[in-house]
Amino acid sequence: MSYRNPPTPPRKSATFDDASLAEIRRAAETGIYDIRGGGTKRKVPHFDDLLFLGASMSRYPLEGYRERCDTSVTLGTRFAKKPIQLKIPVTIAGMSFGALSGNAKEALGRGATLAGTSTTTGDGGMTDEERGHSDTLVYQYLPSRYGMNPKDLRRADAIEIVIGQGAKPGGGGMLLGQKISDRVAEMRTLPKGIDQRSACRHPDWTGPDDLEIKILELREITDWEKPIYIKVGGARPYYDTALAVKAGADVVVLDGMQGGTAATQDVFIEHVGQPILACIRPAVQALQDLGMHRKVQLIVSGGIRTGADVAKALALGADAVAIGTAALVAIGDNDPQWEAEYNKLGSTAGAYDDWHEGMDPAGITTQDPALAARLDPVRAGRRLANYLKVMTLEAQTIARACGHNHLHNLEPEDICALTIEAAAMARVPLAGTAWIPGQAAF
Amino acid sequence: MPEFDLASAPLRDLNQALHAIEPGTNDLAFDIRNPRGSHAVAVGCDAPLTVNVHGSVGYYCGGMNAQAAITVRGSAGPGVAENMMSGTVIVEGDASQYAGATGRGGLLVIKGNASSRCGISMKGIDIVVAGNVGHMSAFMAQSGNLVVLGDAGEALGDSIYEAKLFVRGKVKSLGADCEEKEMRPEHVALLENLLERAGMTDARPSEFRRYGSARKLYNFSIDNVDAY
Repeated sequence: MSYRNPPTPPRKSATFDDASLAEIRRAAETGIYDIRGGGTKRKVPHFDDLLFLGASMSRYPLEGYRERCDTSVTLGTRFAKKPIQLKIPVTIAGMSFGALSGNAKEALGRGATLAGTSTTTGDGGMTDEERGHSDTLVYQYLPSRYGMNPKDLRRADAIEIVIGQGAKPGGGGMLLGQKISDRVAEMRTLPKGIDQRSACRHPDWTGPDDLEIKILELREITDWEKPIYIKVGGARPYYDTALAVKAGADVVVLDGMQGGTAATQDVFIEHVGQPILACIRPAVQALQDLGMHRKVQLIVSGGIRTGADVAKALALGADAVAIGTAALVAIGDNDPQWEAEYNKLGSTAGAYDDWHEGMDPAGITTQDPALAARLDPVRAGRRLANYLKVMTLEAQTIARACGHNHLHNLEPEDICALTIEAAAMARVPLAGTAWIPGQAAF
Repeated sequence: MPEFDLASAPLRDLNQALHAIEPGTNDLAFDIRNPRGSHAVAVGCDAPLTVNVHGSVGYYCGGMNAQAAITVRGSAGPGVAENMMSGTVIVEGDASQYAGATGRGGLLVIKGNASSRCGISMKGIDIVVAGNVGHMSAFMAQSGNLVVLGDAGEALGDSIYEAKLFVRGKVKSLGADCEEKEMRPEHVALLENLLERAGMTDARPSEFRRYGSARKLYNFSIDNVDAY
């Protein structure tokens, strides 16, 4: 009698899971890496792993609706003659016209203005619509220098020198031919329909010593009026922040790997960079070591969704946050009302990330006039303003509960962590203990 | 004629004076003495000024220039005339790296040699170099013209888009997607005009070869992966 294995239920590999198998087959079929938009989709330690302690015997709370909890923030106080004053510490991150439709850029400007905050250009230059609808507009200075000109530099309210972004630290931008319309091509001085790959390094400086001189030039061109931000991806936050300060930044913008991109290789998004939770404390430490905390402001981004996230980022030492993906969702990205059309594109609401293809049913990440017309910039701007105000109210609710009359008074001592990883990254105690992993007890 | 002596006057005063020119002003000529390698000299001009810099400058002289005619009577550090919009920048000596980087208009003339990455990412500027240019010149050059009367270093025109390159001497090597192109009558006329504007009339267009994009990398193909 021969032996037969008893039947067992089929078991899939944890290593070669469905997504891994599908990607192997896709690569074998197409011969090209996967390109997509958005930030990392893997689960990483995040603000959800932190909790506020709230007031108790040793601290007393502020009255929720009667005692003031200030939310204002001033950015660019170090060198600029005209620092930026914002009503709320939630700003809109840089996103390009080209990656986004003109209506989407207008909606972001309208929403930010209604809420009393700033919005930011992107890799493609400044449009008149964007400038016109944004009370406070930050002009990005990128390696590609598409559309860069001194007139726009002077009509900006601040200048953001982009060294990197969280979705792809060390990588340049990408805008595929489908989205290089006549107007986009003209703004970028490129042939229509090509696959545009932006440079990953600036063309006329290398390293922080050169950057210091580049900043001098920009300040001289703008008569020292504009705050100058330096944006870095979440790579080496302590040293990047210290070097940004050394180079003369007024503001450091730090973007974690959850931060979105319009189009980049999936392998880049998922495997390069650190979660924002791991980046904030080293950056704040650098500022404190240099005596520059609150003198050079810190804006953090990457996966900010709620007022609780805002409050946690500020408690860890940031001065403000920036949102990109959440702002797009607020104006209509991945909305279930377009489910049938997402299905036709092989996706579903909440998962659609082929922003580079320019076929966005919501009319946001497209240059197709018919699709773009689906987005009403006035209504979408109103939605964004509502969302920003809700986030602010939520952050105030938490700050008052912790006994603070300004969001900037939130501090690490207001927080504990639910996991050892989050405790180590945020440098706060694990809940129920006095243990901060990685720090000596005495 | 206003004169700034950078041995004593702050750089900020100089640039603010250049920016403060009102339309209709007659006093449009500036002399700058003792630059001594200062950075960001005469940046962000936006008026039909004549600026003479008597000596050598550091980084980014004439950066983002519009309308002004700036002459450096010495050599220039990195990024001279970067992102120029219009006007003229003339360097009587040599220029360091990134000369004319990302320039969108105007004319940059270098009477000596230019170092590496001359014309990197140029977007419409015209650059004429009497001597040689270093490696990776015209990298990702999008638009405009680069004329080199001497030799060009390695990887000329790597990943070039629609800029036109004219070289009289030897080219050490061409970069990815850059190839020699036919010199048609319209290119001869264009080159003649550029040489004349640069005051280099002893060079004849027939002595030059033209280089530009092979346009094979404009859209991604896995079969070209070795070139990326």
